Amino acid sequence: MSDTHAQTVAYVRSTMIEAADPPSSQTGAIKWMRENLFSGWLNTVLTLMSLLIIWMALAAVGPWLLNSVWTAGSLAECRAVLDGTSGACFSVITDRWHQLLFGFYPPEFYWRPVLALILLFVALAPVLFTALPRKLLIFTALYPFVGYHLLWGGSVWFPVSAALGFVAGFVAYKLLGKVNNLLAIFAAILTPVLWWVFAAGAFDAALSSVMPLGLEFVRSDRFGGFLISLIIGVSGISLSLPIGILLALGRQSDMIFLKTVCVVVIEFIRGVPLITLLFTASLLLNYFLPPGTAFDLILRVIIMVTLFASAYMAEVIRGGLAALPKGQYEAADALGLDYWKAQRLIIMPQALKISIPGIVNTFIGLFKDTTLVVFIGLLDPIGLSNAIRADTNWNGIYWELFIFIGLLFFIFCFGMSRYSMYLERKLKTDHR
Amino acid sequence: MASTPDPRTASSAHAKRTFHPSMLLYDQRYRSITIQIFALFVLMLSAAWLIDNVINNLRLAGRTFSFGFLSQSAGYDINQRPIEYTSQSSHGRAALVGFINTIILAILGCVLATIVGVLAGVLRLSKNWIVSRLVTVYVEIFRNIPTLIWILIFGAVMAESMPAPSSFRGDDPASSMLFDAIAITNRGIYVPSIMFTTELGALPLGPVAPSLNWILVLGVIIAGIFANAALIRHATRVQNATGVRPKTWWKSILILFLPVIVIFIALGAHLEYPELRGFNFAGGTHLRNSFLAMWLGLGFYTGAFIAEIVRGGILAISKGQSEAAFALGLQPGKTMRLVILPQALRVIIPPLISQYLNLTKNTSLGLAVGYMDLRSTLGGITINQTGRELEGMLLLMGVYLAISLTISGLMNVYNSRVKLKER
Repeated sequence: MSDTHAQTVAYVRSTMIEAADPPSSQTGAIKWMRENLFSGWLNTVLTLMSLLIIWMALAAVGPWLLNSVWTAGSLAECRAVLDGTSGACFSVITDRWHQLLFGFYPPEFYWRPVLALILLFVALAPVLFTALPRKLLIFTALYPFVGYHLLWGGSVWFPVSAALGFVAGFVAYKLLGKVNNLLAIFAAILTPVLWWVFAAGAFDAALSSVMPLGLEFVRSDRFGGFLISLIIGVSGISLSLPIGILLALGRQSDMIFLKTVCVVVIEFIRGVPLITLLFTASLLLNYFLPPGTAFDLILRVIIMVTLFASAYMAEVIRGGLAALPKGQYEAADALGLDYWKAQRLIIMPQALKISIPGIVNTFIGLFKDTTLVVFIGLLDPIGLSNAIRADTNWNGIYWELFIFIGLLFFIFCFGMSRYSMYLERKLKTDHR
Repeated sequence: MASTPDPRTASSAHAKRTFHPSMLLYDQRYRSITIQIFALFVLMLSAAWLIDNVINNLRLAGRTFSFGFLSQSAGYDINQRPIEYTSQSSHGRAALVGFINTIILAILGCVLATIVGVLAGVLRLSKNWIVSRLVTVYVEIFRNIPTLIWILIFGAVMAESMPAPSSFRGDDPASSMLFDAIAITNRGIYVPSIMFTTELGALPLGPVAPSLNWILVLGVIIAGIFANAALIRHATRVQNATGVRPKTWWKSILILFLPVIVIFIALGAHLEYPELRGFNFAGGTHLRNSFLAMWLGLGFYTGAFIAEIVRGGILAISKGQSEAAFALGLQPGKTMRLVILPQALRVIIPPLISQYLNLTKNTSLGLAVGYMDLRSTLGGITINQTGRELEGMLLLMGVYLAISLTISGLMNVYNSRVKLKER
């Protein structure tokens, strides 16, 4: 049968035809656009509106940015160079960048804050990336004293004597720890306090007179610009986490009195604007301290910002604690761990992991809130931008300064949020 | 066997009988009490120390602690006056004006932030690539730059980039009013205001004295909302009983809008348009630059956070929910309204409350652009003029605390109503 059929058909194709390309509307950019941009009338309208917005933004800002002047001495010179055309005058940044970054810090010492910033990253590295050797943490512990000395200067023995207090406390704890744990804790708190109150000053004075070492002292009112935002932000961030943890634990505690105190503190701080706390620091603190005492405004601001962030931190961590299954607490009890061991080894690692996004958001919020210090007369970048505008050379310049300051903040905050995403991914232990 | 007693009962009996002071520290039953008493002691000591310092400092400065300054004449002007105020009014009244300005800004700011945030949050989830990228850029830029900078930027946009009132003058002006009604100038935005030909007078309510016309309008609107709620409850009852939901939309519109329109016509409501007179616009409502900078700055800044909250809330609802709804034959709109949103709201509400609180507290940045809120009046000029930092700041903190607690209280009530009822 098939043989006869084979003779009747002139040609039988023995190979497959090459698959044809899909129609042009179903591939590549066109398909993508049809699916993603023009899938319905609503989407088409949205796409066209977005394009219009982008076009308008580019048309307004593009030429202005491209036609910018970087080397002029004043806004009038800028305008002369631009000659009526629209253009940015970034000369104000080239002229004043050092003020926006360092305030009135003595220019010959600019290397000190820069070095402090570089060392800050070195100190942060072992905290942020667990792959690095743990020995580096020793430097992290020393960094507050190194950083202080680099920034403020003065006698090198002052930070050394302050650090010795912690060493004394640690030694006391280790010595007495074998005898009695409770006694050791008391000693660990009491020894540094006694050292700072009675011995540190004499130690500092004695060594300074024998061996006057140290960098030149820079007064706090010379600090300004982004430097001050970083100082307040970094100290606030590193202090608010431990205080926040303690407040959160206090709020979760069974001890009714401690719990009440923590709730009142947290709710009070969260209920008032940061700016009123800053005003308290600058105006009212003198009322609450013994007559005649006065201490550094930057330090007061750091304390207030830290307290403010701690209350928020406490609520974030409380959320993490509440999200932990009760079985975790019971398991820790069943293993016979005491309260602090259970917290340190079982509860906190999990609770903190859950609250990472909230913690980093609080950090970012704290860093952004450092701009509020302009209201109590500290010269942060915004305060300096006002000061720069008060100069007749740069009177009337807005956008360039805002762009520069905004960009600086954006880089830091965006970096922090990206790091938190990295950390979340790394610590994620569920369904991979 | 009976001669060797169980060591546990023996020791506990022993513990009951003899009390040793060291047990205050080492016995779990007493330790927490010891710690708390110690903490109470420390707290009272520090409180006493602080109060003693305050008393000493006040005595050294030769001052007393009193709120008498609130009844003294203020002597400064406030540009945005929702209630009657002159520079001869008292500091207390200035604080009240500031308080009302704070509330106005907080409410309008929350409304703007919610609208912007919900829109942006939904659009960021859109399948449209270009829209979702654009919204992502908005969210990231606004979230990562301090709100104070945004307020200053919006202030600069209003003051620097908008046309001067004089450019509206002439036969062929450089700028013209939007819809012949709204004038956007570098001194602020002028919008038409609603005026009444029949004035019912003011309600004699102490220092505030609100206009009776507006109270009437507000009352009618609220009554309409309640009546509408009753109508919807009735419709639900009918649906539960018969399975058919009666059509309510036209009744709702009638109940909500007809009485308001009637009352407006009865009172002779008309619009007063802003007009260029002399060097400036007159008539209508003047939204000052300070207000606009605060409103837009806070609204768009907080809106970016709300966008993330809304996006997170919608993403938190598992895909199975919408698939189940589709399987039941619900249309996408009804799926959103009846299945996704009620569940997403539960996730959204608590962080939304804290964003509203943040916005309210951030209204205290008004001084940066000269918005006369509570912080600028009571906490700024009044404190500077009278030198009563302590009293002024205490009052200021108390008021902000009260506002915050009220908002969080109200929102918690709402939250508990939409919360998952676990059985």
